[in-house]
Order: sequence, then structure tokens, then C-alpha cells
Amino acid sequence: MAVKTLSVDGQLISAREGQTLLEAAREAGISIPTLCHLDGLNAVGACRLCLVEANGRLLPSCLTPVAEEMDVQTQTDRLQRYRKQIVELLFAERNHVCSVCVANGNCELQSLAMRLGVDHLRYEPQEPECEVDLSHERYGLDHNRCVLCTRCVRVCDEIEGAHTWDVAGRGTHCRVITDLHQPWGDASTCTSCGKCVMACPTGALFHRGSSVSENVHDRETLHALILAREEKQWLV
Amino acid sequence: MARLRLATVWLGGCSGCHMSFLDMDEYLIDLAEIAEVVFSPLVDSKQYPEGVDVVLVEGAVCNVEHLEMIRRVRANSRILISFGDCAVTGNVSAIRNVQGGALPVLERAYVELSDPSGGIPSPSDIVPKLLDRVLPVHAVVKVDTFLPGCPPSGPMIRTALEKVLTGEPIDLMEHHLSFGGYGRPKGSEHLPASPSSSQSHS
Ligand code: SF4
Ligand code: SF4
Ligand code: SF4
Repeated sequence: MAVKTLSVDGQLISAREGQTLLEAAREAGISIPTLCHLDGLNAVGACRLCLVEANGRLLPSCLTPVAEEMDVQTQTDRLQRYRKQIVELLFAERNHVCSVCVANGNCELQSLAMRLGVDHLRYEPQEPECEVDLSHERYGLDHNRCVLCTRCVRVCDEIEGAHTWDVAGRGTHCRVITDLHQPWGDASTCTSCGKCVMACPTGALFHRGSSVSENVHDRETLHALILAREEKQWLV
Repeated sequence: MARLRLATVWLGGCSGCHMSFLDMDEYLIDLAEIAEVVFSPLVDSKQYPEGVDVVLVEGAVCNVEHLEMIRRVRANSRILISFGDCAVTGNVSAIRNVQGGALPVLERAYVELSDPSGGIPSPSDIVPKLLDRVLPVHAVVKVDTFLPGCPPSGPMIRTALEKVLTGEPIDLMEHHLSFGGYGRPKGSEHLPASPSSSQSHS
């Protein structure tokens, strides 16, 4: 397998051909923030939080393959500024009330805000009217908290193979939907496996009955399932 | 050195941030040595005074009285700290904003959901008129420092005050500020500190 040598934040690293910048950087111990990315799912580059400067150009590191002699910067002021803006815009786009959210303390959006130094929003909250779907007997969907990362869409399609989720509508009307926009409880493709709930980074998908701060996304189980599928490694 | 003139203000919040202020425990005694509380729901003064050095503002701007108050507070205070999530983001106080205005909110509360259905109270000088939208403090006046948290923890408030008292710049992100949580969210210990200072207001 061909090896590529490149520089990340001034550090020379070698990576395997076909690896993405994100993978190579993480292997080298360099952390790049992400939100829509989840190990084991196809990358889509939806959130743009993993932008890096490669040879001076802004590129999403989750979708950019490594190349010989690439010069990559992951922490410039410009990148930090954009990342902070992205998180603030995500907060402003829907209705996030952390103090009464099922995901409070277990939320990737919230952790990112902390990590990036977001202590208030410079943008006016859009305050859209969003629905909550409680038709499924085990899980719930709260559009107020959805960041449209499409992790649920991908995990259900790529790992569970059910393809219950899709995305409908444009712009501010964009919503994740189940089956052909049926209530989740009526979606005949759903196997009730719960993988979408495990994958969701926020409080948008949750276990019914969990109260403030109680919804833990069981990422370890999900990763074990993905590993089992990809590498035929079964944890017993 | 003259004692610092400290104030705390309670707008549209649940008073939890003020309870957290009391949670500074024995530091309150030290604080009393260096600062005089010139206005607060915890002391008996009626009019927000002039020449306040530091003010902690709890709660969002929800009605005309809050609006008038926050303008007076800004005009008479040197350092204004947005104190807790309601002040910083609107938080629970702002949930009503999706209803789209004061009248639909009042109708929902007093007509649709009340049993038996009542009448909407007429605007009077006893109950201040609701604003159509609940606003975070920085949407109305300039804020110098943000202290998110629901509520911010006692130690966090203490850290903020200690920095103000010594005239140091406050970069509170290094203290794991976060929305919602009391102090820091679970599992956040491994996150690196913020890359840049977060104070600038724009
Ligand atoms: S989803 Fe996350 S950021 Fe949004 S309200 Fe819940 S805890 Fe806060
Ligand atoms: S529970 Fe499983 S099958 Fe149902 S929508 Fe979620 S991932 Fe898909
Ligand atoms: S429901 Fe959750 S996983 Fe699905 S798009 Fe929204 S935030 Fe992402």
C-alpha cells in the first residue's frame, strides 16, 4: 500500500493512500472537531466543522484524501473563527434549551460550544415552530434539537439496512423524516433497533421516558456493532 | 481602597442564579469585606443607584419593566455580567417565543389551557406588559462578560468576581463554562481549553 508523506500543523506524518485528512490527523494525535462525522459511517461533509487549510485552501478534512507533500493547517485563527460561527449558527437555527433538554451533559453540540469558546450567540435565534414525534413506542424525535447531521439517516441505511430515515424539504424547512413522511410509529421499515438514537449527537432522538440529562447515546454499543459488521469482529 | 459597588439584578429568571450566588458560601464573608451590595433582590433598596462597578444580571428581558430596568442598569454600571442562561440565551424564559407574540401566549395560558377558561388580564400598571419576544440581555444592551449555566455554579461566580475585583481580563471558557449544566457537562473533562479568548462582544 502506497504511503503518503504530508505535513499537518508543521509535523511530518505518513498516511496510507486513500485515508482522509481527518483519519490521518487523528492517527497522528491531532484532534479536529467534527459533528456530522461518525466513525464507521460514510462521510458526507455536511457540518463543515472539520474544515482545514490544505495548501491554503479550505477543505473538509473528512472528505479530502491525503496527498503527497500536502501542507495542512488544522488550527489557524481563521478556522477557529469559522468553527465558532458554525456552532453559533447551529444553535440559532433551531430551539436549543439545554437546561431542560434530555441530552444536557451528553450532547456533542454542547461540548463543541464549550470547546470552541461559545459563551453566547451573536446571531438572532430563528425560533422556528418544530414538531415532536412521539408515535414510536420506544423512541422520540424532537426537531427542535436536530442539527441535520444525517447520522440517523446513514446509520439506519448503512448499518441496520432498514433505510427508514430520509431528509425532506429545503432550507429552514429541511427535516429528517421516517418512511414517506409517516409518523415514526407507523414506519413499517423501522426495526426498532435504536441505532439512530445511539448515533444522534444531540437531544433530537431519544429514549422515551428519559428526562432532563438522562438520555445517554450509547456510542460504545454502536461502535461495537459497526466494528462487528466491518471487521467481522464480534465482542462476546 | 474604597469598597467595590456590587449589584445583582433579577429580570425574567427563576432566581436560581441568585441561589447559586448564595452558594458561594463562606466567600460571601470575604466578599462583604471588599464589596458593598448596593442593589439586589437580597437587599432592601428600591431604586437602582448610580455608579455601580459590577452588576450580575439574571434573567431575560421579558416585559416593559425589564426593558426599562436593563437600560437603567447599563447606564449606571461599569461592568455588566450576563448571569446565567436566561440572561445569555433567553433559555426557558424564551420558550414562548415560538408562539409568535405576547397575545397568542396570553391566549394559550388564560383561554385555551385554563379550566375553566378565563379572560386575559387587561394591561394595567400592576402587571407590566409582556414584550412580543423574550430577549437575551445582549440583544438590548452591551454586555461585558457572559456567565452561562443554568445556573452557573457558585465557584464559577466566585472566579468571575475574583477576576473582576483584581481587574484581570476574564476568559471564563477555561473554567468549562457551558449552557444548561451546573458547571460542566459530564464527559467534558478531556476537551482541550478554548483556543481563543471569548470575551469580545460583537
Ligand atoms: S441538543 Fe444539545 S445543544 Fe441542543 S438543547 Fe439539547 S443539550 Fe443543548
Ligand atoms: S430504530 Fe433502527 S430501524 Fe428504526 S429508524 Fe432507528 S436505526 Fe432505523
Ligand atoms: S435526528 Fe439526530 S442524527 Fe438525525 S439528523 Fe438530526 S441531529 Fe442528526
